[in-house]
Amino acid sequence: MPTGTPLALTRVSGTTAERGEDPGSGAASLAYLKASKRYPGAESDAVHELDLDVPAGEICVLVGPSGCGKTTAMRMANRTVEITSGDIEIGGRSVLDRNPSELRREIGYVIQQIGLFPHRTVDQNIATVPRLLDWEEDRIAARTTELLELIGLDPAYGDRYPAQLSGGQQQRIGVARALAVDPPLMLMDEPFGAIDPINRTRLQDEFLRLQERIGKTVLFVTHDVDEAIKMGDRIAVLREGGELAQYATPAELLARPADDFVRDFVGTDRALKRLALIPVSEVELAEPVTVRAGESPAEVMPRIATGSAPHPLLIDDAGRPLGWLDSGQLETGPVPSSAPTPPEPVIETSSTLRDALSALLQAGVSQAPVVDGSGRLAGVISVSAISGFLSAGEDIDLEIPAAARPRG
Amino acid sequence: MGRAPASLATLSDDFFRDRSGDDCLSNDGLFCADWAIRNLERYVDPTLEHALLVLVAVVAGFGIAFGLALLAHRKKWLAPPFLAATGILYTIPSISFFFLLLPLTGRGALTAIIALTAFSLQIIFRNVSTGLANVPLDVREAARGMGMTERQAMWRVEVPLALPEIIAGLRVATVSTVALATLAVFANGGGLGSEIVVGSNITFKTGIIMAGSIAILMALLFDGLLILTGRLLSPWERAAL
Amino acid sequence: MTVPPLAFLGLFGQAWEFVFDGRQAEIGTVRVGGPEQVLDLATTQLEVTLLALGVALLIALPAGVALGHFGRGEFLAVSVGNAGRALPELALIALMAAAIGVGMINLVVALAILGIPPILTNAYVGIRQVDDSVVEAARGMGMGNLAIAGRIELPLAVPTVMGGIRTAAINIVATATIAPLAGILTLGDFILARNVYGDAGVLAGAILVALMALTFEGVLAGLQWKLTPRSLRDGRVS
Repeated sequence: MPTGTPLALTRVSGTTAERGEDPGSGAASLAYLKASKRYPGAESDAVHELDLDVPAGEICVLVGPSGCGKTTAMRMANRTVEITSGDIEIGGRSVLDRNPSELRREIGYVIQQIGLFPHRTVDQNIATVPRLLDWEEDRIAARTTELLELIGLDPAYGDRYPAQLSGGQQQRIGVARALAVDPPLMLMDEPFGAIDPINRTRLQDEFLRLQERIGKTVLFVTHDVDEAIKMGDRIAVLREGGELAQYATPAELLARPADDFVRDFVGTDRALKRLALIPVSEVELAEPVTVRAGESPAEVMPRIATGSAPHPLLIDDAGRPLGWLDSGQLETGPVPSSAPTPPEPVIETSSTLRDALSALLQAGVSQAPVVDGSGRLAGVISVSAISGFLSAGEDIDLEIPAAARPRG
Repeated sequence: MGRAPASLATLSDDFFRDRSGDDCLSNDGLFCADWAIRNLERYVDPTLEHALLVLVAVVAGFGIAFGLALLAHRKKWLAPPFLAATGILYTIPSISFFFLLLPLTGRGALTAIIALTAFSLQIIFRNVSTGLANVPLDVREAARGMGMTERQAMWRVEVPLALPEIIAGLRVATVSTVALATLAVFANGGGLGSEIVVGSNITFKTGIIMAGSIAILMALLFDGLLILTGRLLSPWERAAL
Repeated sequence: MTVPPLAFLGLFGQAWEFVFDGRQAEIGTVRVGGPEQVLDLATTQLEVTLLALGVALLIALPAGVALGHFGRGEFLAVSVGNAGRALPELALIALMAAAIGVGMINLVVALAILGIPPILTNAYVGIRQVDDSVVEAARGMGMGNLAIAGRIELPLAVPTVMGGIRTAAINIVATATIAPLAGILTLGDFILARNVYGDAGVLAGAILVALMALTFEGVLAGLQWKLTPRSLRDGRVS
């Protein structure tokens, strides 16, 4: 392969195309091949034989306690930290194969304090790498507008200077700047770390929405395990000394932590964290006995007898739940048009299991009706169903990409 | 003890080509405005000479000091010796410098310029160094991480951001050099000093005040121009707030 | 004209003789130069410099520290600094001599005027730059203004303040060199009165003045080193 070939072309013939994904998605695979970093004069490795594979288009989160080497490991991918031994391949090609500056122009790089150039406007900041690659002015202008729209910023902001923008806006521009040349790989070092919690959640959601559209390969560093679980398709937990403790999907990490270190790091509320990843729609819902207003005891009683649920649920013509009835009531007369016990809490199929459990506990009920987007009854969920789901470990094999998971 | 400075009487008659305001002159008044106004043109040449001395010295000083500072920024170990060297040049009084250069460059504008340039080096070197050092770390990291070479990062990011500090240094250097250049007369370098020390006579108060005032005005003018230049070159500083 | 390199050496040799032996004056038959005269003029320059620096310190240092401590008078402090830099020393000395007259006192006053701006400005800036939280803490511990200024702010501001004092010293030494114009004979006389001392004297004077200035600066630099609190000592571009 000629040395001048940019990464973008490499990926077409590499992993992405093999997997049958759209080569226009612009993502390359990333592989750490026993990569190590030892600083001169140091007693031990900062990063020790890190070996992991990030398939194209996935978000891999490097997470671990302070000083575990996660940032160092990330920076080895674009050679801002030089590899001491081992190798790193992007799209199947070693990063050592080319000049560092050239390599970096094809990798999106977002750091914690953002590092927007204060002396350049938003437009000029975004145009940095395109300018380094000698793009024509029109192409740059078009791309800048496109990116501002992508991150949800009015193109009029293009002429402003970073100092005139809020922290959240600056962060988004940092991301836009990294995306300018549509790089196949993005490196992000605690990009949302310096933001307040409210805006951080918003930015995380926005990024995941973005990822749904553009599907880049992302290596994301954070010290916050909750962020890792939310953002990662795969998570690499590093322990001190830059050693890989576990590399797994969030569900697997939570269900089967590899050792005590990982277990401690992930936290004692692992079960709840797992529940936050799964939408109600993935769980098999129980079928309640449903009755409609005006139905006679003769129609209703056989259903009650064969059904497993203790209380019948009153629904309207559109199938929406109106409330719970007592089966005793239905023996004597036709089904009334209203029910003594309200249906609340009513849970949507798109909510997370965690929210569902929370609603059930809050209301002090053991089961609740579940409706779809239009309000029609889909089934009933109960606390025991949820805990049964957890203990069966059914979530582990689900593999929902981070971008597609339910969001708060 | 001291030798009394030459009195007014020793100034030849043709110094006072124009004897207007005669009373003031013969009474050795502090400031003879009449005379000054009518003789403004005698100050034109010295003023221009003076401005030229300053401009050449500051430009040369900036060129050298800026280069030194860039080098020291890349190779940190160069900073202390550079600082020491420019410091020595700054400490040696210009008048002494003129005559230390005597065997090499003799008398004249060149000697004056070399001495004035040497004086300005430390100020500019310090300010450029500080300006470059004050560029935020994350900005530097972002620049390199995005794929700029060291040279690109230096010229596209670090130097522009160091500009305010550099301009500040230039301002101090320029104003000081304007004041100092009055001494150029002792090196036969011309300038406004020649209207203060006329031959070996320093008693013509009006002349001294005129020349001194012009020097001060020139300093203020250059200072103002530099402030404006600084503003023009750093629009982002104004935008904040 | 003699070949420059040889003449160069020759002149230095003559300058050396001038300092240590003295020589015939250019006019008349008086002997000039020699160790006594050199020492005499050097002493005068040193006296004048120290006196002027002392006066400038007495006036500018308390003022600068006070202004900086209370955070007032920024415009004044900065403007005085700028104005001081723009003031041509030659004009000041000449005018003083012509208008007010010659004499030690007048000279010291003029030199002090030159020394005040850098000391004032740097004292102000140095004190102002001391971390607010440090001052807060000291105040909270019950220290009064004088104590805070003297025991907390000043030590932390040593590099900047001493920088101002060193600048003032350089200005004063340099201007004291041209004091002969105002009738007070210092080492500068060797330089200015070529008709008396000859080229050898001029060069000798230039070298002696340079040495005096460098020595003075060296002493002050050492003083600054001593006065700087240990923790601030490394890593400054100073």
